[in-house]
Amino acid sequence: MMGKQYETVIGLEVHVELATKTKIFCGCSTAFGGEPNTHTCPVCTGMPGSLPVLNKQVLDYAIAVGLAANCEITRYCKFDRKNYFYPDNPQNYQISQLYLPICRNGWVEVETSGGKKKIGIHEIHMEEDAGKLIHDDWEDVSLVDYNRSGVPLIEIVSRPDMRNAEEVIAYLEKLRLIIQYLGASDCKLQEGSMRADINLSVREAGTEKLGTRTEMKNLNSFRAIARAIQGETERQTELLEAGKEVVQETRRWDDAKECSYAMRSKEDAQDYRYFPDPDLTPVRIDDAWLERIKAAQPEFRTEKMARYREEFGIPDYDIEIITNSKRMADLFEETTAICGQPKKVSNWLMGETLRLMKETETDAEDIRFSPENLAKLIALVDEKAVSTNVAKEVFEKMFLENVDPRAYVEENGLKAVSDEGALRKTVEEVIAANPRSVEDYRGGKEKAIGFLVGQTMKAMQGKADPGTVNRLLKELLS
Amino acid sequence: MNLVDLTAVELAEKIKGGEVSAREALEAVFRRVEEKEELLHCYVTLDREGAFKRAEEIQKKIQAGEAAGALAGVPVAIKDNLCTAGMRTTCSSRILDNFVPAFSARAVEDLEAAGAVILGKTNMDEFAMGSTTETSAFGVTRNPHDPERVPGGSSGGSAAAVAAGECFFAIGSDTGGSIRQPASFCGVVGLKPTYGTVSRYGLIAYGSSLDQIGPLTRDVRDCAAVLELIATHDKKDSTSIKREDTDFTSALRTDVEGLRIGVPRDYFGEGLDKEVKAAVLKAADTLRDAGADVEEFDLSLVEYAIPTYYTIAAAEASSNLERFDGVKYGYRAEDCQGLHSMYKKTRSQGFGAEVKRRIMLGSFVLSSGYYDAYYLKALRVKALIKKAFDHAFRKYDVILGPTAPTTAPRLGESLADPMKMYLGDIYTISANLAGLPAMSVPCGKDAGGLPVGLQLIGDCFQEKKLLRAAYAYEQAVGGFGTGKEA
Repeated sequence: MMGKQYETVIGLEVHVELATKTKIFCGCSTAFGGEPNTHTCPVCTGMPGSLPVLNKQVLDYAIAVGLAANCEITRYCKFDRKNYFYPDNPQNYQISQLYLPICRNGWVEVETSGGKKKIGIHEIHMEEDAGKLIHDDWEDVSLVDYNRSGVPLIEIVSRPDMRNAEEVIAYLEKLRLIIQYLGASDCKLQEGSMRADINLSVREAGTEKLGTRTEMKNLNSFRAIARAIQGETERQTELLEAGKEVVQETRRWDDAKECSYAMRSKEDAQDYRYFPDPDLTPVRIDDAWLERIKAAQPEFRTEKMARYREEFGIPDYDIEIITNSKRMADLFEETTAICGQPKKVSNWLMGETLRLMKETETDAEDIRFSPENLAKLIALVDEKAVSTNVAKEVFEKMFLENVDPRAYVEENGLKAVSDEGALRKTVEEVIAANPRSVEDYRGGKEKAIGFLVGQTMKAMQGKADPGTVNRLLKELLS
Repeated sequence: MNLVDLTAVELAEKIKGGEVSAREALEAVFRRVEEKEELLHCYVTLDREGAFKRAEEIQKKIQAGEAAGALAGVPVAIKDNLCTAGMRTTCSSRILDNFVPAFSARAVEDLEAAGAVILGKTNMDEFAMGSTTETSAFGVTRNPHDPERVPGGSSGGSAAAVAAGECFFAIGSDTGGSIRQPASFCGVVGLKPTYGTVSRYGLIAYGSSLDQIGPLTRDVRDCAAVLELIATHDKKDSTSIKREDTDFTSALRTDVEGLRIGVPRDYFGEGLDKEVKAAVLKAADTLRDAGADVEEFDLSLVEYAIPTYYTIAAAEASSNLERFDGVKYGYRAEDCQGLHSMYKKTRSQGFGAEVKRRIMLGSFVLSSGYYDAYYLKALRVKALIKKAFDHAFRKYDVILGPTAPTTAPRLGESLADPMKMYLGDIYTISANLAGLPAMSVPCGKDAGGLPVGLQLIGDCFQEKKLLRAAYAYEQAVGGFGTGKEA
């Protein structure tokens, strides 16, 4: 008997921590890390009598993301209180948006092996993050750190428009890129500045009605997301195949064990008793405000790619890779602006940079070397002050510690020997030590000179310009 | 001359002029406190040591010829729901029994900047929920005019302290009448400003969209002078309004020539005590005689004010009071088994019956399925009530009526019948729902010698009209004599 065909339906709730310097409702720092409860004040610790005041930068970022995602911007928007008791939530209500979220009805386009597709965005709303609980198993107590309490978040709620992990990851990549290009967040899944919850249901292919969905939490990487989608699709399909029902519930993904377990079912779902926060006045976004943000929107990837083709004449493949990260694109443009050699800059990014990123598992956003230093390195090579091999060695140091290449080359005696007298002496020694190769060369074997260049470079510990060595060899052997 | 017979403004002048020292004023007040406090119980916390230290500092400033502020050396009592840095702030609740704030409310800071000396924190209904000061976890406050009667509430401790001369003036808060009604019961002047006039920063919230801080004083001049000091714009309160017209003492003119006063027939119907009615109508006549145009009119929607108020205030309170959970500060129950047990025990033991009643009511009207039917509908009625007032203020400068339907009830009477107690708020809550300024001034006494309050309601930002009418009335009756005979 033929088995039934099933279709997976996926919608995402994506939380993004905004890159404001201060929190959403008080002046405390949003800096990551810091001793527990040092980035706090009466407002973000829920002290009696304290009141929230909205950080306007949060609105600017939320509107900018909404515009980039083709959303309608709510011109009269309010904040609501979401009431629930938990110690990481100092007021026992979270200030969020339910009734009038800042953005609605948008979409982004993604491209997968299945072609191009628009993913709908139901809404984007602003809210405050909660603190962090630390459970001390030894003392049987829990401690709470409110440093993160009040850090601004936007939650981007998609429509259930995705059908597989590839689309989900393409959608997340697209959001990440938009938000990074806007400078609204660094969007790091591992550090939690971007968090995705997956709503997934399975239905018989061809049916209209959505199946019962589950919500999956604790997904800290694209790999975990792909695995969780696979795992949950299989789990739900098996239930349906066995004639059982999927329970509407929230599940937690355990990436180490590659399985999920139920956290809470719909029956325990809380009534959040949302209502407009009376401590905050409604926000009216007038035309001038909207225009100001529209005018400040950066060049996004598609436009950037077109410009690169026109302006820099580097291969499409390079453009694709470089523009896939705001940091890479910035590095490329800034370095090129200094040295005027786009192709060479691109080569460093596409070659050594990507290699080292992979090797050290570094995110593009965490690249440390400065455009100034990369431009200096390119100049060093151009001046023949260092050989390509030495340049690579210097670059590695630069990649890891952002050293100044000129100073580094100087301090470590890596400068190519340009004193021709010394070089000529070494070449003469190499010629004397390798009579057979000399003979081969003179006998017409042009390639033999390569061996002699290599020997010279080795003797010079790489600190010679191979071109000069080649010329000297030919001169002395002619 | 007994120093405690002076008004705040009179005392400030004498201290500034070197006639009286800040220390002498404090000593006089504390003598009165020693005499009366045991019986009346106006205060939850008294800070004798801090007050004398502060008085000394201020006296030094005065002697050095430095600017010490408009109320330099004048002792003030603060309602116990305004945060005072380093001084216990309880909201008269067990759940905040041991709570000492790290910062002061903006209104407290403003008063301190003006040189006022904080005596302590006054008793109130728990979290300002009540009309009698009997829901306090720390015992009742008694009415200085008759110790068998309540002082009103929720700012009962503040009103009683002013009436008894246990301070020169006091600060209260008003969510549904909590300044005006106790002012009425205790025979003092009380004013709730336009919503947004006094910063709510540091006021422990009850109904955030209705709460306003205001003065309780012996006369109208004090009221204007204190309001002038605390009506400051505050960036820390998003609902704070920047006003340019806060020179309230400039409104103290004895004439009311041409002032249009509307008397709503709706405020004089069933439930209003005959003697109160007579006293209030007599006050209207006094103002008419002084030159005001007084006429009756129909306000409409009056009967909807109480259900609307209790829906909105309880909803906001249910959320505002969630932070009292035993985790961060205040009372935490012992012998808890896990988090939920801690929440339940702490809140069950920490809150009193009236607070629990309102938390439950508020949670209900916000719960899914009931939000539209109750909370949202209440917001719509609130908007309609505001409209009715807008309509009235096209015709009148001031609306005049009783502050409360009766004079002060006996202790214990009100809590036995909460519905009846809620109905007692009928004349005061509309001003909160519509965000309007309103004040209560004494207008005589009933046969039992209990004070009656006259309420004046103005349009938004029209405190000056209220103060002008109140001052003219006070002059016409030859003063209120508050605090002197008590």
